[in-house]
Amino acid sequence: MKRTLITSAAALAVALTAGTASAEGKLSIYHWFEYIPQELLDKFAAEHDVEVSMDTYDSNEALLAALKAGKLGAYDVAVPGDYMVDILNAEGMLDTIAEDELANRGNIADEWLNVPFDDGRKHSIPYQWGSTSFSVNRDAYAGDISTTDILFNPPSELAGKINMLDSQGEVMLMASLHLGIPQCSTDRDQLKALDEMLQGAKGNWASFGSDVAKDVLVSGDASVGMIWNGFSAKARAEGANIEYAYPKQGYIVWMDNVVLLKDAPNRDNAIKFMDFLLEPENIAAVSNFAQYSSGVKGDKEFLDPELAEMPESNPPADVTGAFVMTCDQATQEVYDQIWTRLRK
Amino acid sequence: MASGTFTPVRKWLLLPTWVTIGFFLLLPILLVVVYSFLTKEFRGGVDWTFSLDAYDQFMFDRGLFGDEAPSIEWTYITIFFRSIVQALIATLFCLIIGFPTAYFIATRPASSRSIWVFLITVPYWVNLLIRTVSMKFLIRDNGPMNQGLMALGLIDTPIHLINTNIAVQLGLFYSYLPFMVLPIYASVERYNFALSEAAADLYASRWTILREVLIPSVKPGIIAGCILVFVPSLGAFLAPDLLGGAKTFMIGSLIEEQFKGTAGNWPFGAACAVILLTLVLMALTLYARAQSKERAQEQRAG
Repeated sequence: MKRTLITSAAALAVALTAGTASAEGKLSIYHWFEYIPQELLDKFAAEHDVEVSMDTYDSNEALLAALKAGKLGAYDVAVPGDYMVDILNAEGMLDTIAEDELANRGNIADEWLNVPFDDGRKHSIPYQWGSTSFSVNRDAYAGDISTTDILFNPPSELAGKINMLDSQGEVMLMASLHLGIPQCSTDRDQLKALDEMLQGAKGNWASFGSDVAKDVLVSGDASVGMIWNGFSAKARAEGANIEYAYPKQGYIVWMDNVVLLKDAPNRDNAIKFMDFLLEPENIAAVSNFAQYSSGVKGDKEFLDPELAEMPESNPPADVTGAFVMTCDQATQEVYDQIWTRLRK
Repeated sequence: MASGTFTPVRKWLLLPTWVTIGFFLLLPILLVVVYSFLTKEFRGGVDWTFSLDAYDQFMFDRGLFGDEAPSIEWTYITIFFRSIVQALIATLFCLIIGFPTAYFIATRPASSRSIWVFLITVPYWVNLLIRTVSMKFLIRDNGPMNQGLMALGLIDTPIHLINTNIAVQLGLFYSYLPFMVLPIYASVERYNFALSEAAADLYASRWTILREVLIPSVKPGIIAGCILVFVPSLGAFLAPDLLGGAKTFMIGSLIEEQFKGTAGNWPFGAACAVILLTLVLMALTLYARAQSKERAQEQRAG
């Protein structure tokens, strides 16, 4: 065992030095774990003669903490989620991409060009996105499911068989969409209505759980489950007769984005890398790996057929998605209270 | 005899223990107490200014927006009360099943006792999380338990257990049963069975022997078992989350939410922990005091 370790370490060291010797420049990526295929990194390294290195993190908060703790200046690009782009920008950790700097900027799909967390895409490009909504077991209920009533005012067949995500932000946003009130509302009557509505709906729910969201649908413990689109597709693949709903009141969207970090040591290569990821063929390779959608035009032909056709990642054109926003402290405190009262 | 050999170094021999207790027990508890009196920082963390806000939040309800006249806050009291009742019931169940089991093992021939004890511990070689998840698989509506019972024709519709309090009880009971069996076994094993025989010779019924002779003799084991089951049940959150569906907070999940969730209210989480610790310590102190009083009375009587 020990010998294997030493051998592989030596091999790694040789490989690393070999890389340094030949490469023109470097690129340092800070990325989520298991979110980009190694072949794609190799392809970029070969195309641009760049030595690519990558460190990984496992949550948006971990990324923020690391950058705060002095990692800024060590990496060229990172891949924060929607609201974290906002926070990183507010903390002054992002560099600005000039209008004409990205050759493939035109490839960004129109709907992802002006996003609430980075209007006009000054600091970021789309990486992957997905949605959060709910799925319904079609053996249990055959009626219309494109409404949030399924969660908050369910038909009798589904009452008491609903699993909610154990995630405050997503439940609150879904509830706000149901009531048609803005997210992070500061209006007292609206907040009271939100509290009352959730208190009333709670009786129809069987459980709260995020990591079990797929399992409860596959096993039949729940007939309705709040769930992420990719997760729902997996549940369906595992044999659950479920349909992912795109409620007319709206659904939740999340998006991870490649950002240009401030003080990037290899800024030119970072721009090249972003352009590289805006090529439909390349970003489709990420989608095929991660099973989410990209925000790039013309990637369809490079996608695995099942992924391209998947109902879970093809929302109807007439419903809109909303990002979870970060509330200010006062509203967040009311949200916390509502959340605790809900679990009393 | 040898008791004097180590006298000069004796206090140094205890040093590792003291360091361990100090560093891994007292220091963290002190930290929790200090944090509970600090001001919360938005999205986790603390601001180092003294504040009673955390305790205020626990006790007083000032409405959804925090500006109404304070009234008693029942939310957290309800959560604590529910957890305590749940832990008490789990303890009772463990005692009802654990005591006869321990007695049974202690009355086997000495050679086979270790095998029985070994058998009790076998399931606990598997991680608690895995055992709890497995239990969920077993008892769900279309799981093996219900399917088996239906195949046998004993029931027509599945017994709905998952996401109920009964499932949580089952989980707690199963998780902590050996903590009840082992201390009671240790006591019963040392019990002098000649006492039972003597009582029988004096025409005591079996019930009287159990009540007046056996139980008083093995009481320390019973108490130890009850404490070992009650305390972890109180803070448990695996069973309530996985088997109970996490619909209602237990003390454990309430505290977890303050540190891990969106709320991120560290001082309040710390305050809940301190209040829980105080309640448990109070109960144990009262018990210890009652014990020593009883002992003093016995000595006077003797």
